Amino acid sequence: MSDENIRIVPDATCTFCGCVCDDMVLTVDVQQHKITKSQNACVLGKAWFKEHGIEDRPFALIGGREATTEEGIEEAAQILARARFPIIYGLSDTTCEAQRVAVAIADMIGGNIDTTTSVCHGPTGIAFQGLGESTATLGEIKNRADLIIFWGGNPAEAHPRLFARYAVTPKGMYIPNGRKDRTIVLVDVRRTASTPVADIFLQVKPRSDFEVLWALRALVKGHKVDPSIEQRTGIALAVLEDLVARMKSCRFGAFLFGMGLTMNRGRHFNAGALLALATDLNEFTHFVAAPVRGHGNVTGADNVVSWQTGYPFGVNFSRGFPRFGPGEFTTVDVLARGDADAAMIIASDPASNFPQPAIDHLKRIPVITLDPKTSVTSQLARVAFTTATYGINVAGTAYRMDNVPITLRPAFASPYPSDEQILRGIRDRVRVLLGGNRMPVDTSAAAAAL
Amino acid sequence: MAEMMTLIGGRSSKQGTALCAGKLGPEYLDVSSMVEMNAEDMARLGLRNDSKVRLRTPVGEAILRCKSRETKDLPRGILFMAYGPLSSQLMAGDTAGSGMPLSKNLEVEVEPVRD
Repeated sequence: MSDENIRIVPDATCTFCGCVCDDMVLTVDVQQHKITKSQNACVLGKAWFKEHGIEDRPFALIGGREATTEEGIEEAAQILARARFPIIYGLSDTTCEAQRVAVAIADMIGGNIDTTTSVCHGPTGIAFQGLGESTATLGEIKNRADLIIFWGGNPAEAHPRLFARYAVTPKGMYIPNGRKDRTIVLVDVRRTASTPVADIFLQVKPRSDFEVLWALRALVKGHKVDPSIEQRTGIALAVLEDLVARMKSCRFGAFLFGMGLTMNRGRHFNAGALLALATDLNEFTHFVAAPVRGHGNVTGADNVVSWQTGYPFGVNFSRGFPRFGPGEFTTVDVLARGDADAAMIIASDPASNFPQPAIDHLKRIPVITLDPKTSVTSQLARVAFTTATYGINVAGTAYRMDNVPITLRPAFASPYPSDEQILRGIRDRVRVLLGGNRMPVDTSAAAAAL
Repeated sequence: MAEMMTLIGGRSSKQGTALCAGKLGPEYLDVSSMVEMNAEDMARLGLRNDSKVRLRTPVGEAILRCKSRETKDLPRGILFMAYGPLSSQLMAGDTAGSGMPLSKNLEVEVEPVRD
């Protein structure tokens, strides 16, 4: 490689996970369209940068036949304009700018819009609405928190730099000695790669998180808890009492919680119990709680869908205004019930991780996918677009898991269009086909006619 | 003889790096078709590392390869597997009005598959 063929991109951003680390130094082989070195990246980030070069793929496939992007846009627009219950899903691995256009399309077609949040921290979002949240940025946690409690997650494998950059080892403004100034607690049903990091490990029995959290709430409030809690949860009362003493006496405590709470029986009740415990603890000290988010811009999806519709996920426009309905308008439900008659999947692969009944319905309806790579979902799609990768080829904005927006600095250009460019094309064509926004069915007139 | 156990789905770093290469690639298919099981449970069921085992729920079933974990790491009766096409086959579509299907702590029937 000659020197002029090498480009160094400082302060680049990794969008693999919700940490959205913005201190990458990328070495780019311009001629080969690939990143050869990603300084500061974790094992996941290194794989993310290494594997997102330019692949030789068709710009679009329509029914398995190679097509141009423009032909794909026409076919996709026709599908969405014809559908009576179209759904738009995914959005957690694309820019906020693309997410915004996706919401506009959902509004225009009177469709359903949902993000991967619904199968991630959706229950946390439901709990937020009921209880509020005592929260902080990761910077505040790094600089102030002397007690960190990881609950139901495995950051060492899913968010490797969370420990080193924010929550375990770094020195902070009021944490001058870094690791020595922090007590780390980990709560999980099994030992993971994260467990050795903890000073205290609470191995709870499966399906016992709510009971442990509620017992902690009782102890924080000075109520008695029966020692039989150990038989139910696997955690001795003395251990819970010790943890409560530590929580009440710390200067700044933080819960960082994962999907061990939300994907489990109890779902939003589990997340709500933890948020309520954090609120209770503010009677004694400063305590915050924050969900640890998976995909690079899933937090941006929550923000964009919220500022555009008023709700974070599971939103339906069929009556001409946004309605929020977890369980009704969330994607697993609309697919498993067989409601949807067309789907546009953006930067996501539900056919590889949704429950089988939902996947079965995806196979029955016309699907449009936007993805840099071939996926299980793109393989069953009627229209499959190849897109540029956000953060590597596409500039824009992504939100870190603590709701801090970060600017993306692309490393090299892609011959493929961005999600935003394709979505704008679809939006403009759908607008022509529908003559503006689809008018909602007049339900009162329909009812009167019966 | 089948036994009931509790299956936890989740992420792993190997799965994370494999999905960057592509979910249709051999590495991802390999990592998402492995189930971790308590070593004592495996011995009782006559299973070794890489033995095949059938997991079954009321909605579907999947055949995976086993990997043993010590009791201190993975308690008896608990299984762990990375999310992927096979874990999907075991998940029900009902979300109890939440939008979230149960992905962790699934009750599964475990049965050795003899070649």
